[in-house]
Amino acid sequence: MSTNKEFDFKNYVRGRYFPHIWCPGCGHGIVLGALLRAVHELELDKNNIVMTSGIGCSSRISGYVDFHSLHTIHGRALAFATGVKLSRPNLKAIVPMGDGDALAIGGNHFIHAARRNIDITAIVMNNRIYGMTGGQFSPLSGTGKKATTAPYTTIDNNFDVVELAKAAGASFVARSTVFHASESKEYLKKAIMHKGFSVVEILSQCPTYYGRKNKEGDAATMMEGYRKNTVKIGSKKLDTNPDLIQRGIFVEDTDRPEYCEAYDEIIETAMKGKA
Amino acid sequence: MTNTSNIRFIQGNEACVEGALYAGINFFAGYPITPSTEIAEHLAQRLPAIGGKFIQMEDEIASMAAIIGASLTGSKVMTATSGPGFSLKQEALGYACMAEIPCVIANVQRGGPSTGNPTHVSQGDVNQARWGTHGDHSIVALTASNHQDVFKMTVEAFNIAETYRTPVVLLFDEVIGHMREKLEIPERGELPVVDRLRTSVPKGVDYHPYLPREDGRLPMSDFGAEHRYNVTGLFHDMWGFPNNDPQVVSDLLRHLVDKIENNWENICFYKEHWLDDADYVLISYGSSARSAKHIARNRRKRGMKIGVLELQTIWPFPTEIVREKCANAKAVMVVEMNMGQVVTQVKSAVDHPEKVFLANRIDGQLISPTDIKTTLRMIQGKGV
Repeated sequence: MSTNKEFDFKNYVRGRYFPHIWCPGCGHGIVLGALLRAVHELELDKNNIVMTSGIGCSSRISGYVDFHSLHTIHGRALAFATGVKLSRPNLKAIVPMGDGDALAIGGNHFIHAARRNIDITAIVMNNRIYGMTGGQFSPLSGTGKKATTAPYTTIDNNFDVVELAKAAGASFVARSTVFHASESKEYLKKAIMHKGFSVVEILSQCPTYYGRKNKEGDAATMMEGYRKNTVKIGSKKLDTNPDLIQRGIFVEDTDRPEYCEAYDEIIETAMKGKA
Repeated sequence: MTNTSNIRFIQGNEACVEGALYAGINFFAGYPITPSTEIAEHLAQRLPAIGGKFIQMEDEIASMAAIIGASLTGSKVMTATSGPGFSLKQEALGYACMAEIPCVIANVQRGGPSTGNPTHVSQGDVNQARWGTHGDHSIVALTASNHQDVFKMTVEAFNIAETYRTPVVLLFDEVIGHMREKLEIPERGELPVVDRLRTSVPKGVDYHPYLPREDGRLPMSDFGAEHRYNVTGLFHDMWGFPNNDPQVVSDLLRHLVDKIENNWENICFYKEHWLDDADYVLISYGSSARSAKHIARNRRKRGMKIGVLELQTIWPFPTEIVREKCANAKAVMVVEMNMGQVVTQVKSAVDHPEKVFLANRIDGQLISPTDIKTTLRMIQGKGV
């Protein structure tokens, strides 16, 4: 779907709350741009969107957008959003999260929101580090990385967000990177319109901490890395280099019952006095 | 013939459910925990039948988070728990204080600390209800000693939450929660039911979600309505956006405390029994107040001038009421099932703290009239 009205950032952000807190070179602004373009192209009513976030650099995104916005506590954004969504299923629930927020402290809520298949769009802005607190490793850093809490390198294995979401029952799962901004936007559009729990992982660089600690260069170099080190799902390049990260839509299942719709059936039964 | 259709013989937890429904609850999120589980079980059955929503969340933290989210969309919300679950809810409870989200948390107390004594009675969470979450804040906590009052205090909890935009804790205990007795459900209109203030600011006009009126109240706008604003647990300005300007920080903190403490008289519920000429004042609450009343009635028959002040509002602590009711007492005895949580408050409220004593029981058993009598005799200098 496209719209005649040209996209203007100003129609979707709260000018009063800028400048934002993100460091120069941070990838999160590209995620914000992709998300706002997605909302614009879908011609969604801003009054029908509730953006819920937790704590961290990425979570500040909810304050900048001109939607209903709920900036909550660390790791629990999906649980807050579950209350919003079940209470008012007509609202679109979008939950941007960082990797630590979503999968360390918030890991339990992540898998259970996926299991319920509640109609929420979870965006995991994965920069593989805790940025706001100054560069500690996250459950997505992986082994052999440097961080302020891993001065001798990490020994912790990392989650694969896509595999975790699939296994937990998310009915839409996609991955892209901030280098692929247009692709990210397309996946976000599909995720937002998907009826059920949708997960979009977007790899986003943190040159300030992850990049600096691990000698990955400046923002442009790190983004160049996303171009080189990722491929579309099933690419032939994987035959020679299986370590490449796959991008694309991994799951799109429209048959699974959505939680709020299933609850509406419970209401119908209960109102007939059949419980 | 009297109409008996509104009379029930039920558990206290069910009386709480009936009160919540009377008050207009339409969203509940919870997690199973003894001895509060029946509240969730009954609402799982009752809420969908009136078009409301029930959800069993993955943990206690998520339950607290979910009710806050639902409240922001305009629902009247509650969760229920007990000791360990109440501990887990504390961070989100503080969020509800800071972001001023109306919500009710029932804590049916069991023995602690930790897993403690799950199926037995305690009143050990009095101070946790006040100071469980970090940072300065104010809180409302109500309790009750019988099912009629459980019903009434539950309705009041919703009314206070909606009026002052605050979390309200219902501090019940295992004996009250599981005991069965009569409840007569009041007719519609018999008890007041309060709905939150909603903003009258029209579409297109700058709405200040966090600019209190002169009386401290904040008219809300539901998520999904015309006004789009930010809600955060950070210190925030009148638009709800993060702000750590020293003046903004101190003004907001004072507002959060003042809106409760300055209205303590409107939040203050208590009952008094035979206090007019009492030389001995028993102060109690919850199930232990039943034993206090029993022994006072019994001693009165023997000519002892003894009465009971039964607290129903624990927080904000009714300091003025306690001082006034104890002014002429020869001795004051606080009857509670903990190591002395309310007695500390009473000692700092009265003019003669040296006349304040504690009759307590901490072994998971309901404090008995005999237990109270024993302490009473010691105070009087009589043999036990």
